Amino acid sequence: MSDSSVAIALLYPELLGTYGDNGNATVLAQRLRWRGIAAEVVTVAPRAPLPTGEIYLLGGGEDDPQRHVARDLAEGGRLTAAVEGGAVVLAVCAGLQVLGRSFATGEGRYAEGVGLLDIETGRPPRDQQHKRAVGEAVVEPRRSLNLPMLVGFENHGGLTTLRGHALPLGTVRVGIGNGTADRAEGVISGHVVGTYLHGPVLALNPALADMLLGWVVGELPPLPDDTVDAAAERVKAIRLEAAGLTTLGM
Amino acid sequence: MGVRSSLAVLAGTAASQSSRLLRRGSGEVIGGRIALELQPGLLAELAADRVVACVSGTNGKTTTTRLLVAALATRGPVASNAGGANMPEGHVVALSGVPRDRPAVLEVDEVYLPQVVAAVAPRTIVLLNLSRDQLDRMAETRRIVAAWRAMLVGATERPVVIANADDPLVTWAAMPAGRVVWVGAGLAWRSDAAICPSCGGLLTFAAESWACEECPLRRPEPEVALRDGEIDVRGERLPVELALPGRANRGNAALATAAADVLGIAPADALAAMRAVTGVGGRYAVHRRPEATYRLFLAKNPAGWVEIFDMLAEADRPLVLAINARTADGRDTSWLWDVPFEKLRGRHVVVTGERGADLALRLAYAEVDHELVPGTDAALRTAKRRRDQHPAAGADDPDLDVVANYTAFQALRGTVAPVSGHQ
Repeated sequence: MSDSSVAIALLYPELLGTYGDNGNATVLAQRLRWRGIAAEVVTVAPRAPLPTGEIYLLGGGEDDPQRHVARDLAEGGRLTAAVEGGAVVLAVCAGLQVLGRSFATGEGRYAEGVGLLDIETGRPPRDQQHKRAVGEAVVEPRRSLNLPMLVGFENHGGLTTLRGHALPLGTVRVGIGNGTADRAEGVISGHVVGTYLHGPVLALNPALADMLLGWVVGELPPLPDDTVDAAAERVKAIRLEAAGLTTLGM
Repeated sequence: MGVRSSLAVLAGTAASQSSRLLRRGSGEVIGGRIALELQPGLLAELAADRVVACVSGTNGKTTTTRLLVAALATRGPVASNAGGANMPEGHVVALSGVPRDRPAVLEVDEVYLPQVVAAVAPRTIVLLNLSRDQLDRMAETRRIVAAWRAMLVGATERPVVIANADDPLVTWAAMPAGRVVWVGAGLAWRSDAAICPSCGGLLTFAAESWACEECPLRRPEPEVALRDGEIDVRGERLPVELALPGRANRGNAALATAAADVLGIAPADALAAMRAVTGVGGRYAVHRRPEATYRLFLAKNPAGWVEIFDMLAEADRPLVLAINARTADGRDTSWLWDVPFEKLRGRHVVVTGERGADLALRLAYAEVDHELVPGTDAALRTAKRRRDQHPAAGADDPDLDVVANYTAFQALRGTVAPVSGHQ
């Protein structure tokens, strides 16, 4: 990377990018550029070595691609090293599962994850397996993050349990999230953030995007115009209504 | 046909007609549903001793069905679910009352294909492509691949499968069939085909080829292929001159030509007949409303969108994009972020539809000049005003291009009759 440009590594979009999550890279890069900060999106192909970057993004996907990603990322422990060096990671859905210790890949099988997050993903109890978590989700972020309510669309069949230092990103007000009894959604551990929210999540929740960017570049100047955030507010209002909530009730 | 079946057909037909009279749509679904409830074996009975072709895939089903009907119609009437009701109810209605010696071309929903094939024992099945579509209700693409493959295991000479060799998922699904005609029909959207459906290895793509890194699966050598705007049928090169726009439709024509060939229509005759297809269920046709005249396109998913970009007129024609997210569209609008809308930079876009706000957000990040206008009529008026301010050449051209996803498209074609199909 050059000193003047923020490198955003979009990891294996051909393998993990089922629900528009690649858009998160566009959102981060544009929010930097509009503020006069250079940014480049580096798309990482399967098998390619992990580039040096400030931000790494992983999206959602299906079981088979997920296994390739876990293997590629674990090789040489490079993602772990990047995180120890201060890199920011956002992992959505299958991407979140891959970063854990292990994840379920099908009928009773488990695959080893990257181990960057102290989480494990299994399948919900058999009597609930027909119920995939599908629909609008609304998440109240953990208070210390000082973020507004998060919205997104979830679509997964995982049950993610947090251990040790992994904290939930928030609590589901509407939706399933991690699927545990405490209604936890997502995970945050240092500068590694995981969530089940698609949408893509950073387009719908610009404050979350700016939180990640702030970790990289420090205090952010305001955007030169509020068009894009006003557009996000409009979508968010529709999502909240679709989820059965109104902005007034927040 | 037994008394019970005859009564079922009668009841279904009556329900369809009253539904039409009540203006509750084309009536195919309700009539077929009633008939099937009265006689569950009705579809098999209607299809017995009949030449049937089934057409399925994520994109291009309706158009390919229409093209194949045009080819077969050179030999007389053809039964088909032209209204797009592509589940068994629609198939029952399409076949009801049509003599057994008349062939049928059935557009079939991807998920229903194995069930319909079991019922109608088709002479040929056309498999177009498979990619993400309405994932929030259809589960994953690969489950459909597995179901298709299971359907063809053990099939011998019949059905003859016409399969797009450029789609690895379709290829894998078609391979067990006893007789496959591989067609090089192209595939613009490859993001759902990165992983080998056979072994889970990585697939690599090059021009006119793809292969798995880890197992022997690779693109089969096609018998029929779309190349440089011509269709190569076992060495014979035929020009493709369709009224329908776009590379995707030339690929659909290649698949329909191969299917027609199996059913005894010579490729040159089939292609000549396909030229007469101008609009397909309102797609590509020019619609006229008081607000404006517009060419209407249907784009329901990223793969469909990628193909639409090369069909749109030059940038001086205003563009209206309409997005809904009802159940039939898929409730999740995330797919908008998989579409390279950056290609629209430099043109002005009027955004509408119930979820126009989602698209407006996407276009804002793509830096595409746009305005959000709630209400379809108002959006058409806004775009027309812009057109009037910047009149373009070609007085006979429609005022606007309009692209819509499924239910938005239905609303836009609802009240108008197409006036002409092509330029």
